[in-house]
Amino acid sequence: MLDTFILYALAAGVGVALVAAPLGCFVVWRGLAFFGDALAHSALLGLAFGIALGVAPGAAVLAFAVLFALALAGLERFGPLASDTLLGILAPSLLAAGMIAATLLPGARVDLLGALFGDVLAVGPVDLAWIYGGGLVVLASLAWLWRPLIAATADADVAAVEGIAVGRLNLALLLLLALTVALAVKVVGVLLIGALLVIPAATARSLARSPEGMAGTAAATGVLAVVLGLAASFAWDLPAGPAIVLAAALLFAFSLAASGRAQAA
Amino acid sequence: MDLIAHSPSIDPNQRSADVRSLPTAQPLVETQDVTVKFNDRPALQGVNLAVRSGEVVTLIGPNGSGKTTLIRVLGGLIRADAGAVAKRKGLRIGYVPQRTHIRPSLPMSVARFLALGGKVGKADVADALAEVGVDDLANASVHRLSGGEFQRIALARALMQRPDLLLLDEPAQGVDVAGQAQLYQLIDRLRRERGLGVVLSSHDLHLVMAATDRVVCLNGHVCCVGSPASVANDPAFRGLFGEAAAALAIYRHDPAHDHNHDHGPHTACDHDHHH
Repeated sequence: MLDTFILYALAAGVGVALVAAPLGCFVVWRGLAFFGDALAHSALLGLAFGIALGVAPGAAVLAFAVLFALALAGLERFGPLASDTLLGILAPSLLAAGMIAATLLPGARVDLLGALFGDVLAVGPVDLAWIYGGGLVVLASLAWLWRPLIAATADADVAAVEGIAVGRLNLALLLLLALTVALAVKVVGVLLIGALLVIPAATARSLARSPEGMAGTAAATGVLAVVLGLAASFAWDLPAGPAIVLAAALLFAFSLAASGRAQAA
Repeated sequence: MDLIAHSPSIDPNQRSADVRSLPTAQPLVETQDVTVKFNDRPALQGVNLAVRSGEVVTLIGPNGSGKTTLIRVLGGLIRADAGAVAKRKGLRIGYVPQRTHIRPSLPMSVARFLALGGKVGKADVADALAEVGVDDLANASVHRLSGGEFQRIALARALMQRPDLLLLDEPAQGVDVAGQAQLYQLIDRLRRERGLGVVLSSHDLHLVMAATDRVVCLNGHVCCVGSPASVANDPAFRGLFGEAAAALAIYRHDPAHDHNHDHGPHTACDHDHHH
């Protein structure tokens, strides 16, 4: 018999996987994996501030992620260092600052393990409303901006000459990424959000022939990873967030093997 | 082989006379004293260039002479640090960059790539592919194309914009000689049938001259402007291209037909006198 908390966990995981899949595709297409990590790592700082100020943690995480997304948007124009170097400095620094902020709070009110690796089994109706409400906003925005976003991803210059506002689109994409990070924190934690973005999209690549096909396959892969991970978590009493990520990694390995065999055939 | 002198459809002088009599003779795009700097180093200095409907303008110059920069200024991708760029209202531009790198992580068919520029039907895609001579590639992945094939696809995408102005940055790069001849035939047909203005850059001196009304020699600034034949005789041009320019002599125009010879503000292409 399935308990309510299992159903909540499943619903939350599936919701996050569905939202993360298409955004994860853009992360893979545009080489934003480091960027996604840095954004996710800023979430811990947001969580700590939210608790310190008595604000809803989800709102605080969202505010911080948006703030960092805006700050990081100008990163490419920064001296001689490549943006991945700068993100390699920023992501762990944000995590360190978040960790220190969390431990400075009196009474250790931040569940650190949950914040870092997710606490999907503690998801309640309010969290679900966040995930599905916010998720709907993300997916609707993506659907609305889809064609110009793909055009700007394929070749930004040609898209710009054709009249697409590339700069504003890039900003919109970063904000959607920030929102997705805020939605996913509860499910997989700040350390594993990047995996939920990147792994399903990467798994879908070898199977896909169009951008939409890749996003759809990524969504299916993400949902499957959530179901398998949660099942493993219950069967063997594993931490749920890490189990979901490992399930996704296994699916990726299978897809590699399958596409390797298809090429050999 | 005498491509310039005896091809009536692309006689530069006749053509510009036709165009000037039309109400659309106002330039599609015009730069006035445009200067662009990268890190305080001037890439373009005081460039004046006007492009009209039905006119093919070729930018030639050595590497680093500002050809790509000027094309990007015309396309609105680079803002001039000084000077102005005036565009005709509602101007539609088709742009083919020197190189397009689509990340291999983005799965995409040729037909899909063409449709990225706007809402188009299958027939539009098929027409554009047929126009550039690669109608069999619609379902191919863009990641499996050769350089020359991709250049044609990129041109097809630009044409799907129904542009008034076509900006082609080194369109002949990676295209074999037969392909280049086809490319210039196509450009010539487009400007005749659709009245397109075309700006293209090249460092290839031979084929490009054939389909060009006006040649602009760039070396950071405009060194010389004129019909292909007049420019080939220009000392500034010869100074810029040396031996290669001498080879062009085989295409030399009959001086009697040489109406259009006009110099830019500089008569020499020596870069040094600016420093």
